[in-house]
Amino acid sequence: MLRGLLPALSLALVLIAIAWLNPRAISYFGFNLMLNLAIPIALATIAQMFVIAGNELDLSIGTFVGFVGCVTATWLRDAPLIGIVVLLGSIAVYALLGALIHLRNLPSIVVTLGMSFVWQGLAILVLPKPGGKAPDWLLSIMSFKPPYLPFPILAALIIAAIVHFGLMRTSYGVILRGSGGNAAALRRAGWSLLRTKIVLFALTGLFGVLSGMALIGITTSADANIGNGYTLLSIAGVILGGGEFVGGRVSPIGAVLGALTLALAASPLLTFMHIPPDWQVAANGAILIIVLAARVLISRRER
Amino acid sequence: MLQAIADIVRLNGAEKHFGAVRALNGVDFHVAAGECVGLVGHNGAGKSTLMHMVAGTLRPDGGQIAVRGNAEASYSVARALALGIRCVFQELSLCPNLSIAENTRINHPALRGFGWRRKAADLIRAKLDEIFPDHGISADDIAGDLSIGRRQMVEVARAFTLTSEPLHLVILDEPTSSLDAHTAGQLLAFVRRFVAAGGSCILISHVLGEVLQNADRIVVMRDGRVVAADVASAFDRDRLVAAMGGAEGHHKAAAEARKSEPGALRVRARPARQQDGEELVARAGEIIGLAGLAGHGQTDLLLAIFSAASRAKAGIEVTAPVALVAGDRQSDGIFAQWSIAQNIGIRSLARLRNGLLISQQREAELAEFWKQKIGIRTPDMNNNIFSLSGGNQQKALFARALGSDAEIVLMDDPMRGVDIGTKLEVYDLVREEAAKGRTFLWYTTETEELDNCDHVYVFKNGRIVANLKRDELTEEKIIQSSFGDAA
Repeated sequence: MLRGLLPALSLALVLIAIAWLNPRAISYFGFNLMLNLAIPIALATIAQMFVIAGNELDLSIGTFVGFVGCVTATWLRDAPLIGIVVLLGSIAVYALLGALIHLRNLPSIVVTLGMSFVWQGLAILVLPKPGGKAPDWLLSIMSFKPPYLPFPILAALIIAAIVHFGLMRTSYGVILRGSGGNAAALRRAGWSLLRTKIVLFALTGLFGVLSGMALIGITTSADANIGNGYTLLSIAGVILGGGEFVGGRVSPIGAVLGALTLALAASPLLTFMHIPPDWQVAANGAILIIVLAARVLISRRER
Repeated sequence: MLQAIADIVRLNGAEKHFGAVRALNGVDFHVAAGECVGLVGHNGAGKSTLMHMVAGTLRPDGGQIAVRGNAEASYSVARALALGIRCVFQELSLCPNLSIAENTRINHPALRGFGWRRKAADLIRAKLDEIFPDHGISADDIAGDLSIGRRQMVEVARAFTLTSEPLHLVILDEPTSSLDAHTAGQLLAFVRRFVAAGGSCILISHVLGEVLQNADRIVVMRDGRVVAADVASAFDRDRLVAAMGGAEGHHKAAAEARKSEPGALRVRARPARQQDGEELVARAGEIIGLAGLAGHGQTDLLLAIFSAASRAKAGIEVTAPVALVAGDRQSDGIFAQWSIAQNIGIRSLARLRNGLLISQQREAELAEFWKQKIGIRTPDMNNNIFSLSGGNQQKALFARALGSDAEIVLMDDPMRGVDIGTKLEVYDLVREEAAKGRTFLWYTTETEELDNCDHVYVFKNGRIVANLKRDELTEEKIIQSSFGDAA
């Protein structure tokens, strides 16, 4: 019971700390500012969650987001057709990786670690030095200002609702999660494990693309290294959100909450705590360790 | 001809090999409509392999399979399901991360579209109510949170749920192994109703009483063959046990009675789940057998003894160094990247050390000694361990244990998949080493191997249920105690 509420609790804890340190931050404008980068982080976390649901891990999601960003800031603006083909093609590459990992029984960590260098290299080829510009339609989507509810929160709600429905409520979502829970049982019931793996990896590719595009819509221009931090951030988000590395236990709502927690704990909280920028990365890591340790302690007690 | 149509499934001359092991050796087997067939046999008799074939999860290497009189050339799980043949496997096959309703959905492709969750929940709830009234399971429960008994109830109930696919034959592989007497009775009564209504069932159980009372016909397997098949009323307990064990034709391998003056105490151990005062006692120079069905606590006790040698443990007393010969050679025994000599030397590093380094020369001497002594067939002990055949790899693992300073050698069914020639050599070696004062604790699933033992403890459900001395050791006795029905 407590375990299911933990992602929401940790987010509330971070919010309370921010409100206590700086009450004015809890406002429409404040949330827009603090959760500036939460949408791409949430999308990357969802992407990571799909592979984790199938007991795999994607170490290339960060550089993939960077590659998508570079394509978005160049081809998608200058030659939309090529841009769309390249992005769809990269999703197909993800699907093929899933098939390869299943058919050759390869460890996904190794394959995706290798792919992370491939994506990085491709990103540098597309955009050798920082620059480019996001397509105008993307800029206007990302700067949308709905009344009352800050856009990042609205977007997080929509992402969580759609993925929750797709993975947790549909009949094929059951099969996808079952492939992480007990693959042998699924095979005996006549399901194709190749297909589940391909679908999970393709969904990771799809949400990686969305993440990269959202990121460029916010930053307006790209850099080949722009997504590098997202690999570990997305894994931490899934785990923070109540997911587990094996066993097909994941939660889309939890993953989005975990991503929001990470986005807030990253710089806003630390800035309000007057922690100098030099120490923020280390402090961020410390917060992560504390939250994850609390999660482990609580779930162990419940067992 | 009429007979062939009435068959749900028929296998003729089914064969299956796993490497050098013949799991099935030309088996003829059939199930008629409206019939409950009991299938019994010792571990490794080939029951599970045969059932995997009927369920479509394994393909036979030879022979034919026919369903309702039609030969099936490309039989598979999907084909079996479409023909109404389902299997409840011995290992639990629920997804622990999914709810009961979701687990039901996995077996029914037809449960989809709007409202599938409610349909799945209704389906499994109705079947659970029918088979196990007062089951106390909710369709929203997560499978992993249920007790093992309840998981087994769900799994059985799920196999009998009906949507678009037909249901003619259900294979129940040890369906009552985790159920208490009350729920087991409910299940068996349901099976009888199902069969009376025209369904068919294959019932595999180690509880012979269950099979005798509920099956219409009983098939007994041994060593990959069907050795007896008759109507259930033609069998009684003794005839079943005799057919399973093959009382005829076994020679005692080590007939000469060895001197039996008790040596120094080496091991005294009580299994963790033992409730009475029974405990395992091993003295210097003894070969102690651990028997019973696979997975009934023998390996657990060996591992407990192994760890008690380095760290004190309640209920276990070990007075000398211990070495373990692993049963699962590939995952627990061998260092795959190392040479044969290194694999042998690892248990004796203290003796092979020269200052901070391992002396290559001493390692080579040790390896060469055991190569001669145990007859490892290789041109060079520095070759990779995988250059050896399976039997010779196992010899290298024996050399590792026997070449060490261990006075107690634990053997965890080490002869799996080893050819008979190697086995006989190792038996001789074990007896020779025991005569020199070493103690062997030998878990084996092969009853003939127990003939090498001075003393045999039979395990059931993690407990010692019988303690047989050499002169009272017969195969029937071992089977009697390991199949002993909880009265």
